[in-house]
Amino acid sequence: MPNRREKIIFEYSRPGRGATGQWPEKTPVPADLPKAQLRKGRPLLPEVSELEAVRHYTRLSQLNFSIDTHFYPLGSCTMKYNPKACNQYAMLPEFTGRHPLGPESHGQGFLACMFELQEMLKSVTGMQGVSLTPMAGAHGEFAGVAMIRAYHRARGDLARNEIIVPEAAHGTNPATATMCGCVVREIPVLADGDVDIEALKAAVGPNTAGIMLTNPSTLGVFERRIREVAGIVHAAGGLLYYDGANLNAILGKVRPGDMGFDVIHMNLHKTFSTPHGGGGPGSGAVGVSERLLPYLPIPIVGREDERYRWLTEKDLPQSIGRLSAFMGNAGVLLRAYVYMRMLGREGMGRVGDFATLNANYLLAKLTQAGYEAAYPQRRASHEFIITAKRQAKEQGVTAMDIAKRLLDYGFHAPTTYFPLLVPECLLIEPTETESREALDAFIGAMVKIRQEAGSDPQLLKGAPHTLPVRRLDDVRAARQLDLTWKPGAAA
Amino acid sequence: MPFIPHTEDDIREMLAAIGAPSIEALFDEIPQELRTQALAGVPPGLSELEIGRLMTERAKQDGRPLSFLGAGAYEHHIPSAVWAIVTRGEIYSAYTPYQAEASQGTLQAIYEYQTMIASLTGMQVSNATLYDGGSALAEAALMAVRAHRKSSSQRILVPTTVHPHYRKVAVATAGNQGLVFDTVPYVRESGCLAPAALAKHAGEDITALVIQQPNFFGMLEDVDALTDWAHAQGALVIAVVNPTSLALLKPPGEWGAKGADIVVGEGQPLGVPLSSGGPYFGFMTTRMEHVRQMPGRIVGRTVDLDGREGFALTLQAREQHIRRGKATSNICTNQGLLMTAATIYMSIMGPEGLERVAALCAQRTRELVTALTRVKGVRRCFEGPYFHEAVVLLDRPVTGVLRELASRGVLGGFDLTEHYPELGAALLVCATETKTAADVDAYATALSEALRAVRAA
Repeated sequence: MPNRREKIIFEYSRPGRGATGQWPEKTPVPADLPKAQLRKGRPLLPEVSELEAVRHYTRLSQLNFSIDTHFYPLGSCTMKYNPKACNQYAMLPEFTGRHPLGPESHGQGFLACMFELQEMLKSVTGMQGVSLTPMAGAHGEFAGVAMIRAYHRARGDLARNEIIVPEAAHGTNPATATMCGCVVREIPVLADGDVDIEALKAAVGPNTAGIMLTNPSTLGVFERRIREVAGIVHAAGGLLYYDGANLNAILGKVRPGDMGFDVIHMNLHKTFSTPHGGGGPGSGAVGVSERLLPYLPIPIVGREDERYRWLTEKDLPQSIGRLSAFMGNAGVLLRAYVYMRMLGREGMGRVGDFATLNANYLLAKLTQAGYEAAYPQRRASHEFIITAKRQAKEQGVTAMDIAKRLLDYGFHAPTTYFPLLVPECLLIEPTETESREALDAFIGAMVKIRQEAGSDPQLLKGAPHTLPVRRLDDVRAARQLDLTWKPGAAA
Repeated sequence: MPFIPHTEDDIREMLAAIGAPSIEALFDEIPQELRTQALAGVPPGLSELEIGRLMTERAKQDGRPLSFLGAGAYEHHIPSAVWAIVTRGEIYSAYTPYQAEASQGTLQAIYEYQTMIASLTGMQVSNATLYDGGSALAEAALMAVRAHRKSSSQRILVPTTVHPHYRKVAVATAGNQGLVFDTVPYVRESGCLAPAALAKHAGEDITALVIQQPNFFGMLEDVDALTDWAHAQGALVIAVVNPTSLALLKPPGEWGAKGADIVVGEGQPLGVPLSSGGPYFGFMTTRMEHVRQMPGRIVGRTVDLDGREGFALTLQAREQHIRRGKATSNICTNQGLLMTAATIYMSIMGPEGLERVAALCAQRTRELVTALTRVKGVRRCFEGPYFHEAVVLLDRPVTGVLRELASRGVLGGFDLTEHYPELGAALLVCATETKTAADVDAYATALSEALRAVRAA
């Protein structure tokens, strides 16, 4: 990675310059547009040549870590390789040019892919119906909880507005419950990482709308008593929501539908390898059991007499409705479709197999090297937690310091300080697409960092040293808000 | 094994290091009765060659018809550089920039985007995108409720001239928190929000008024008067705008005496392909005073330990990973890649390029309206200024005419019959800079034939 910064695009700007070859011909502004409606001053957009723009954004790209350039063991995020074919075939000109409101007569090819994707997702999750419209994991969560609410309402069961989440849950879970007008009730997790069954029994009741669970949990271990959890929640009249963030761990091994879940969202940008894009787009397709079928968000792709067509409110009058202007992140869905077809039936189980093998290998090696596992008595799933609480106490070196030092060694940092209930934690997820050599190189860096923590803790506390910037002043960022560039103003 | 690099030796040695007899043994904590047997619904795997063949066939099936569809998604020329850069692995396969030092490229691109979109909309601050235009309106309504502490009604007035799908998304999303969306009708002659209908709400507790400009029919609303009216009632103004149009039209920050309070819209026209409806991105800008009520990520410029300039996510105390149940929204993953595309698009177009696109779209649509209304049985629906979409009325039901057109390789526009039955056989048409004069003529000829075919049937 180049140890340099790049100017702001506006600093290249010169009045009168422009990528004129990319512009259309000049036409007068239609005379019938009223003067009072017209813009007076021009917007602040760069005036640069095409080369300047290309060079600037290429140079910016080089300031990023990415899967294509670095090992990226970011727990809970499943940073696996994004195959190039998925992008290429999703971007065939007929697909990129297809208008969302185009007629079904000019969309049978696209709709066939979507229908088959729905069917494959049903099969791998063990659910009865799938809607592809949610545009990210949190959006899928929203759809799921909204369906749970709609189900209770349709039965006249109006008091059920409590969503139970384990304390280790992703922040999106409680935030989603709030978005859906529900109240959040957190329950503790036992020392071995499983949900506290007694606390669950005490928490459920006539107000329980449902529970949101990730399995394997955010602690990187499989919730062994999941059938018992399902039994307790169902007996109390609630439904079970599966947060698909960790689906990669169990792909082809065990299905949420078989565990007793009523609704699931899948992060296609994790498990099914669509790109993270520096923050998105994602795709949070949802799957449901029989009883939630009527509430699926629209549109869905249906098939009748070998023809595909959109199913809308007319077909699903009880649907929770429309969550996007059109049909969600269609281009992302095409990428997931290509990925699933390439893996095929036998490839699904391999994902779970090798994601788990890589995680357990890393865990074994790191523990041998002296790092402390948060749940040493448990198998790792596709990810696991190392806690640096001892280093913090003895050497004053935190999980954050270890993470930042890893950047100097050319590895993206693991997830730090999540889940909150493990002190000084590093959540590490290697994914199945990394080779043994990549894992060994990471282990080598962790071994060195452990030595450095003893010999030169300041080296870690000041890390990173070799990147375009060192640690940034977050307090200043929040107190002296500088959110847009202004001519003549420097940071 | 596709995308898995392990050799037999690797597997053996790795299992030995773990101390497990087999990969299977690593799953021994999963109760046996839960184990999956076969995935009947997934076909056997395909090679890249095979999937390429299948996708190419499917794509061909859909073809590349001549399209005059708009209605919230617009076909524009996308400079080659945009997607050549966006699909670079360093951008395409990076994660959310939580590790700031390893994500300066993404963070700086967001900062540049925030600058451009804030200026384009005439506002002070922007977030780093929401899912799409529809969900951005839903988030704006929720934000208005948070920002407007004096209003307790949680009531949002939404003209029926706002995109019908956006209105549905807003209800499906924000309705769960008790927000009420009351519709306001339009005037049949002008296709614009009816001031008289609005006046009936004078004196009521209204949290916000939504104004879409250009509205769903392509018509220009009297944004100055509407904004001033809303502010006089103590309501906030949520603007829904098309970013291309803002190269020509007055930005929401300058509407009326005080300007709009929250601005949202669909970012797709800025360098994002139509792609059957997504991935697109929703943009949101506002005034500095409301920045802490904004949903989604925001990037700020700051300095590092050595005092050098750098970029970081900021005001994260608004977000779900910190505030959990009390966050401004549950949004986490956004539409970063498309935002990057838009930033590169705006850099290449610059102020003049974007102005040319907007002017040519407006010009082409006028030519289209002229050509279509010369066809027997076709007339314009509304009187008044419009941008790059217009409604025409046909003397035959729209469905049949569109089918006839499609069989001639022309997608004639969006059928308004379902959402606006009161208009009769109304069709929303759009021409952007991608259409030539010859395309416009071809559509007029095809429409004349299609109408004749429908009349004959």
